[in-house]
Amino acid sequence: MDAILSIRGLEKTYAGGFQALKGIDLDIRRGEIFALLGPNGAGKTTMIGAVCGLVRPTGGTITVDGHDTIRDYRASRAKVGLVPQEPATDMFITVWNTVEFSRGLFGKAPNKKHLDQVLRDLSLWDKRNNKIATLSGGMKRRVLIAKALAHEPDLLFLDEPTAGVDVELRRDMWEMVRKLRERGTTIILTTHYIEEAEEMADRIGVIDKGRIILVEEKHALMKTLGRAELRVELKAPLDGLPPELSAWPLSLSDDGLVLTLTMSGEADEEDASAAAFIKRLAAENIDFKSIDMKRSSLEDIFVSLVGNNHERP
Amino acid sequence: MSALNVHAMRVIYFAELGRSIRTLFQSLAAPVISTSLYFIVFGSAIGSRMQTVDGVPYGAFIVPGLIMMTILTESTSNASFGIYLPRFTGTIYEVLSAPVSIVETLVGYVGAAATKSVVLGMVIMATARLFVPYEIVHPFATAAFLILTSLTFSLFGFILGCWADGFEKLQVVPLLILSPLAFLGGTFYSIRMLPAPWHTVTLFNPIVYLVNGFRWAFYGKADVAVWVSLGMTVIFMLVCIAIIAWIFKTGYRLRT
Repeated sequence: MDAILSIRGLEKTYAGGFQALKGIDLDIRRGEIFALLGPNGAGKTTMIGAVCGLVRPTGGTITVDGHDTIRDYRASRAKVGLVPQEPATDMFITVWNTVEFSRGLFGKAPNKKHLDQVLRDLSLWDKRNNKIATLSGGMKRRVLIAKALAHEPDLLFLDEPTAGVDVELRRDMWEMVRKLRERGTTIILTTHYIEEAEEMADRIGVIDKGRIILVEEKHALMKTLGRAELRVELKAPLDGLPPELSAWPLSLSDDGLVLTLTMSGEADEEDASAAAFIKRLAAENIDFKSIDMKRSSLEDIFVSLVGNNHERP
Repeated sequence: MSALNVHAMRVIYFAELGRSIRTLFQSLAAPVISTSLYFIVFGSAIGSRMQTVDGVPYGAFIVPGLIMMTILTESTSNASFGIYLPRFTGTIYEVLSAPVSIVETLVGYVGAAATKSVVLGMVIMATARLFVPYEIVHPFATAAFLILTSLTFSLFGFILGCWADGFEKLQVVPLLILSPLAFLGGTFYSIRMLPAPWHTVTLFNPIVYLVNGFRWAFYGKADVAVWVSLGMTVIFMLVCIAIIAWIFKTGYRLRT
């Protein structure tokens, strides 16, 4: 695998004794969108901080594009862009000045053309001469992203980028993420909106209590852990599961009025199997009032994963 | 890639200077006004009743001391604010995640604070000239002491700004430590005017050496030898650099 980021045995124990990271191993492929999911306090932000140089690891190694983040921090940091969770920007300077500052800070010569493009992509062009203090919360978010992109990073961290932003900005942001990926930028994002990870990410990683508990291709994850349920409400109650339907993974409600078919696999396989079941019901003369099909989302998978892990001693 | 990040030095330096320019009134007008008040009170009102000190008229005698006092407090508060503000607002994350070392950070933040102090020192010198007609004996030494002191106390302010965990602490050190030391450091008098035990006690006050070095540069005479002044200033500067190196090495109050 062509990894742009390699984390080996990463540990972080804070001065107070709290162990935030307990031996993280993770490889991020060049050019992918990787969604890092985890409950609050799982270690997401600490892990990102360790890669970016904000957190001093107490064990393990991190390399960005082959450069060790401690020994060769200049080369590794120059490749990374960070959009932090907490919106913090200098209030009294203009949008243009702040992105120019960010570019220089990361060691790049001024490049008006690139910065112009970044501001246009983020709909900040009209605001470029405004002081940041005069911008709305959503606009300030955009400024943070523009700052992170000012030095053309190869690896971009988006730490909860859509927390508390409106629909329009979220849509713009995902549009921008797609564009960045087309240009070859690797993106690691953390989010609480799991449907976003489901829509955007190539791979999903789940972190909990300082450990990576799962890393999987999104499609494979949905396939192995995804479930679909077809719920059929009957006109007349059944006394028990009809023997003719014994080949189907079925369950019957206590009152005999609801049949539930549980399926797994790819979505189209599930659809085919649901359609076949309905035809079979009709063939068996079992009449029904309503049909409802529910497919488990990444969110259900996530909750089942993290939930199980929390129950472990 | 181990070369210095010159672009980072450039943007930090100019961003910090820009902050001073945005607050030009506080940055220049306030110290100039307060220094003028000192000249009116000490130089004109009281000074007219005083004899010369070491052959220098009293009004002229206090010029180097007053400039030093302003430079010390302004360098400290500017540099401390420069690094404390991003820590307070959270924008420091960007500098900490950037490919910069102690060198770029110091050239940027401390360099800008010191530049501002040097400009301020020259403005006060010019202002003082309106009140008292003084001549400078060693102009190069004057410039050297001005720059050295501005740098040293900007370094000191940088340490303060890293250490402080509230705005009160930023105020406390200049008000409760620097100002008293500056007043007691021979700003308005020759320490030889003090009675026996106090004269010796004063020699433990580092500001005595700064004021006297500067006064020597102005008038060619001082309470302590110029090389002692220079040596003490350089030692204080090296101590500050060593502390900052330790802050960067351990990430003290900057990185978690």
